[in-house]
This record gives sequence, structure tokens and C-alpha cells, in this order.
Amino acid sequence: MQTTQTEDWPSAVYRTLKAAKVQQMAYVPDAGHSTLINLLNEDPQVATNVLTTEEEGIAISAGAWLGGQRNVLLMQSSGVGNCTNMLSLPAMARFPLLMLVTMRGEWAEFNPWQVPMSRATQPTLEAMGLRTLRVDKAEDMVETVEAAAALAYEADQQVAVLIGQRLLGKKKW
Amino acid sequence: MTETLSSTPATLDRREAIGALLRARENTLVVTGLGSPSYDVHALGDRDDNYYLWGAMGSAALVGLGLAQAQPEKRVLVVTGDGEQLMAFGSLATIAVARPRNLAIAVIDNHHYGETGMQMSHTGHGIDLAKVAAASGFAEARTLHSLEEVEQAGETLKTPAEGPRLYVLKVTAENHPRSLPSRDAVFIKNRFRAHLGFAAE
Repeated sequence: MQTTQTEDWPSAVYRTLKAAKVQQMAYVPDAGHSTLINLLNEDPQVATNVLTTEEEGIAISAGAWLGGQRNVLLMQSSGVGNCTNMLSLPAMARFPLLMLVTMRGEWAEFNPWQVPMSRATQPTLEAMGLRTLRVDKAEDMVETVEAAAALAYEADQQVAVLIGQRLLGKKKW
Repeated sequence: MTETLSSTPATLDRREAIGALLRARENTLVVTGLGSPSYDVHALGDRDDNYYLWGAMGSAALVGLGLAQAQPEKRVLVVTGDGEQLMAFGSLATIAVARPRNLAIAVIDNHHYGETGMQMSHTGHGIDLAKVAAASGFAEARTLHSLEEVEQAGETLKTPAEGPRLYVLKVTAENHPRSLPSRDAVFIKNRFRAHLGFAAE
């Protein structure tokens, strides 16, 4: 994916996650997250897991916290639908959960199949008890991820940061 | 109608088998999948270093992975059922790629969904989870039919492996009396973390 933004928000988010003492990252491959995925994969201080489906990351995140580490989960809005029942785990055990979700299907989307889940992303997360924080401008990214990380890891909340598709830029083909 | 694949006989008693597996447990951290695996492990003795799941089907092996990565000096054992592991088929690929040296998964395989009316599972139709794990790249993946084999597998948990291990314990399809761990997931979580030295903040 090409972004229309010149600002390097993934590097800023990477530094923010490091400052929040994140030591594990789980991800489903995603163009919007590709730079952040690379930065975390290349960091020897962070254990990363590539997932076959998004809900795996909810469980790994719980296991990480059980063992004393902080995990961040990266996915696309389409993957949120896969997570619904698994979100029972952090809800019941009050496990911290930080998800960074890139939105599809809401701004200059070319693929109609992305649209239904984009409409359902925020309601689904909220129905399962997550707090959602939206970012639509790159300059708001660091502050929002900082706030989300504090809510998750310090206040034992389940938090999803929804990264707007307008910020990510139109997908080029 | 497709031809039913041949399946290996299932003759172990599940509680005896899990008891044999846990005999050499020592300080191994244990995560249990929802349903009978949680009841079985609880029946063998409630411990602070047991993490029981009551739901979130499909999560057990992956909770084990996150835990194993966070605690590389400890051994982690996941005890789960064939139904849950079949649901989380992809987790075998995720765990194989992650290659933890301190994680073992014991699949208590009775070929059936015991919690929901004993419908036959895919393993009952011949799907071989040990072969799937081996093909995925697990360092060790074996199907166990005798208590001696299970005890030997329990002994191997003491030593690091080249990568994750998976043992399929072939048990008879019967439900033992339920031995119910606490359903308070926050309590179980905090007790487990306190065992590892993390204060409940």
C-alpha cells in the first residue's frame, strides 16, 4: 500500500509501544501495518507471532500477560469479526488487551466485500466490552496509542485503536 | 458418503492418563482447555500454577504459547481436548512457526465432543493430530496408547526441546464426575500471576 501521508506514523507508534514496555506482538499480515510489523519483527527484544487467524492473537495476548509480558495485536477491521467469541477471554479474566486495527471499507474503498465488516467493526468490539479509540489524523496517533496502552496495561481494560482508512491512504493497484 | 479413515484405538482412562502425564510435572505451568480437561486437571489437585479456561474455545494452546514466550525459563504444558484442538487447527501452524522450546500440548483425544452429546469428532473420523503437528514442524509429535508411554512423555517435559511438542493421548469416550475449578477468571488469573511473583496491582 502506498500512503498519501508523508509523516512516518508507524515509527512513532513503534517508539510508543516500546515506551509502554511491549514485549510481544501478534499480527495478521496487513498492508496498513506493514511498516510497524517490520519494525517489531526486527526488534530482538520483541517476540512476534504471525497468526493464521486474528482470534489467535487474543489468546496469545492473555498468555503473555499471565507470564508477565505485554502484547500488542495488529489486525485489519475485517479480522475483528473473527475475534468475537475469543474476546470473552479478556472480558471475563480482565486481561489487558491492546489491538491496533487498520480500517478498510470506509473511505475510498474499491472492494465492496470490505464494507459490511467495516460497518460492524466498532459495534462488534463495543458489544464485547472493548473501548474503541479512533484515529483519523497521523498527528493524533502517538497520543491515542499512549492513552490506549495506559488504559489497557495499567487499568486492565480491553482497548482497540481504530486507524481510519483516510489516514492510511487509498490503496493503489 | 466419503470413506471413513481408519482411526487408532482409544483405550486409556482419561484421568489416569492425565495423572501419569502430570506425575513428573514439578514446576511446570499448566493451562487447561474448557470442559473435561479443566475438570480432569482440577480433580488431580488444584494448584496456583494451573490456569483453567471455562470458555473461549480454541484458546488453550495459544494462551500456552504467549505464556511460554513470556516465561522462557519455565516449562508450559497445555492440556486440551480433541474438539478444541481441531477448532484451533491453525494454531498448530502458528505455534510451529513460533518454535517455543518450552511448550508442550497434550490433546486428550476421545474421538468425541463429550460436552455436547458425544458427537464424533474429526479425530474419530481418522484425522491424526500428531501427524498434522509433525507436518507443521513440531519438534516432537506422538500418539500415546499406554500409561507407560504417557509417563515417558511426562518425563520429557523436564528437558527443553528443539521446538514445541504435541502428544495425543487416546482415551475412552466417557465423562468422569465433574471436578469444578473456580469460574472466577480474575481470581484464577491473579492467583497464577502471584505464583510467578507478580503482584495484583
